[in-house]
Amino acid sequence: MALRILLGLWLAVVIVLGLGLPMVAEPQHWYDLPIVPGLEEKARIIFFHVPTAWLSVVGFVAALVYGIRYLRSRSIEDDSRSAASAGLGFLFCLLATVTGAIWAKSSWGTYWNWDPRETSIFVLLLIYGAYFALRSAVEVEEKRASLAAVYAVIAGVTMPFFVFIMPRVIASLHPEPILNAQGKIHMNTAMLLVFLASLAGFTGLYYWMWKVYVKVEQLRRRIQQPTGG
Amino acid sequence: MTTLRADRRFSWLRSVIAVYAKDWHSELRTRYAISALLMFVVTTIAIIMFSLGSEDAPPEVLSGMLWVVVFFGAMSGLARTFVMEEERGTSMTLQLLTGPSAVYFGKLLFNLVLVFGLNSVTVVLYLLLINGFVVKTVSIFLVTLILGSIGFAAAATIIAAIIARASTKGTLYPVLSFPILLPLLLTVINATRMAGEGAAFSEAYGEFQLLISYIVVVIAASTVVFDYVWKD
Amino acid sequence: MNESVHIKASGLKKVFNGRTIFSDISFLLTPGQTLLVTGRNGSGKSTLVKILCGLLTPTAGSVDRGGGPRRSEAALLAEIGLVAPYLQMYDEFSAVENMRSALAMRGLKPAAYDIDVVLQRVGLYARRADDVRTYSSGMKQRMKFAFALIHSPSILFLDEPMANLDSEGMEMVRGVMREQRSKGMLVVATNEVNDVDTFDQKVNLDDAARR
Repeated sequence: MALRILLGLWLAVVIVLGLGLPMVAEPQHWYDLPIVPGLEEKARIIFFHVPTAWLSVVGFVAALVYGIRYLRSRSIEDDSRSAASAGLGFLFCLLATVTGAIWAKSSWGTYWNWDPRETSIFVLLLIYGAYFALRSAVEVEEKRASLAAVYAVIAGVTMPFFVFIMPRVIASLHPEPILNAQGKIHMNTAMLLVFLASLAGFTGLYYWMWKVYVKVEQLRRRIQQPTGG
Repeated sequence: MTTLRADRRFSWLRSVIAVYAKDWHSELRTRYAISALLMFVVTTIAIIMFSLGSEDAPPEVLSGMLWVVVFFGAMSGLARTFVMEEERGTSMTLQLLTGPSAVYFGKLLFNLVLVFGLNSVTVVLYLLLINGFVVKTVSIFLVTLILGSIGFAAAATIIAAIIARASTKGTLYPVLSFPILLPLLLTVINATRMAGEGAAFSEAYGEFQLLISYIVVVIAASTVVFDYVWKD
Repeated sequence: MNESVHIKASGLKKVFNGRTIFSDISFLLTPGQTLLVTGRNGSGKSTLVKILCGLLTPTAGSVDRGGGPRRSEAALLAEIGLVAPYLQMYDEFSAVENMRSALAMRGLKPAAYDIDVVLQRVGLYARRADDVRTYSSGMKQRMKFAFALIHSPSILFLDEPMANLDSEGMEMVRGVMREQRSKGMLVVATNEVNDVDTFDQKVNLDDAARR
């Protein structure tokens, strides 16, 4: 209970600081954030976009790990954990795509560029979509769990290939790679602190939501089993 | 009843070939699938032809389109080997006859033969009918075709096994296959474009390496997880 | 018969979508013995047979079919024969083609087996070259027997063996059941059996469910 409140407060503080701390060209006070040329106020999105992207990957990896656990344990609990991770990963992936598009618009003028990062997040979105399409197409609980876990494994082994493919594809299809200031944001201490705090806070949020999700599944199963079989 | 006291040794390879042969003979006997698939390829290429009209599309686009046709051809035909067993109720028969690994490799072999046949027809028709699609470095193109086809068969087979156990098989198949096949698609499209530009064979080594690793990884992962898909 | 093959069921339990079909089923069947599985419709007779055949994994418990160390899964499968309503043949092929194909898929050499003799035994010799598609339900049932017996399995599973058969067919089944004792083990799942007492062991799934 106390942890929940702490988490809520933490995130509230992060949001307020992230949106409220002044951005000045020459940071003088400890709480000043540097201005990023070209982005100015819109750079604040880094506090929210990066954590969502991070969590969409965490969600996938967790879904994969728990899926494999299910295949070995045959315990439906592991499948619940896997599905919950995927559900949250999907949510954060949607958020990451949207916040990423907003950022792209402010940095480069267009919402979607098919650059490596945008393409990767899109593919992740496709995988999540496919995962849930599969889950909804299988009625028997045990089979649904197995098939979903297997798909997560197949997706998991093919995803790393994108790391190698992206550079080659970009070089060929986009002869002028659109350089962006993203990688070049120099954060001062204040900015870094807020950024890390946001990352930690959102991860905490993810973890809490995941636990709730899993618990709800547990209860739902228990209700549907009057004999407690 | 009497049985000849002869060679009763069990052979895994015989199992694999028999699974393949059964599918093959079944297709020959009914012949529905093959003709439908061929018509599908012809129709798709015809659509592209008419859409392009007399316009010349840039070579990169044409390279991509070829593999789009291949992708949809694969989606039309490669699930059949597993879906037919489910729909006719013979999955259980197969489970009783032999272990999962023989089933997987037998079906993979069938899909390999099918995809090679399908892609050969697709490529020939495409080269003949689509103006503007030229292949300058034939060696790159051939190797890409071979490796790409194997890769398609590998990924499509395991996904086919998965969706055969689900309910909305038809629409689910491309949805599940696309993200998995995307690395393969991007690579073969790139290599085909290189072949069209007349690149040297050695320039495509990176692509070939990628394709070979993709094939190995997908087949290895499939052999491990297939048991969980196949057995109830 | 293969002396090393046996069926040892330990604490078998099956849960489907949260519903427990049966639990705590255990027995040991050794060569020469027969087992009868009874229970009302829906009590899980076929489910139990499938688990014993290896077609279904139990939620808990295990089935050990012996067969010596390090035998491959498919080799173990070659010790099993199953006749059941839910077992389908490949009906675009003839009886002979089905048998040859099945033997090959089992990893065995079709030429080493006397398919014609088995087809004669089940009364299908005359129609052996016709596609199974053209068979009546009684003939399909006989086909399933040929399918199950061609490789002389150590363990024969019969799930509702008398279904669709005429009196001649039923006599054939009784003969098969009698012979199986000397070849290995027999498991029959049905409610329609007159000579219940000839079975060495019995499992009644209605009793099991009440536990």
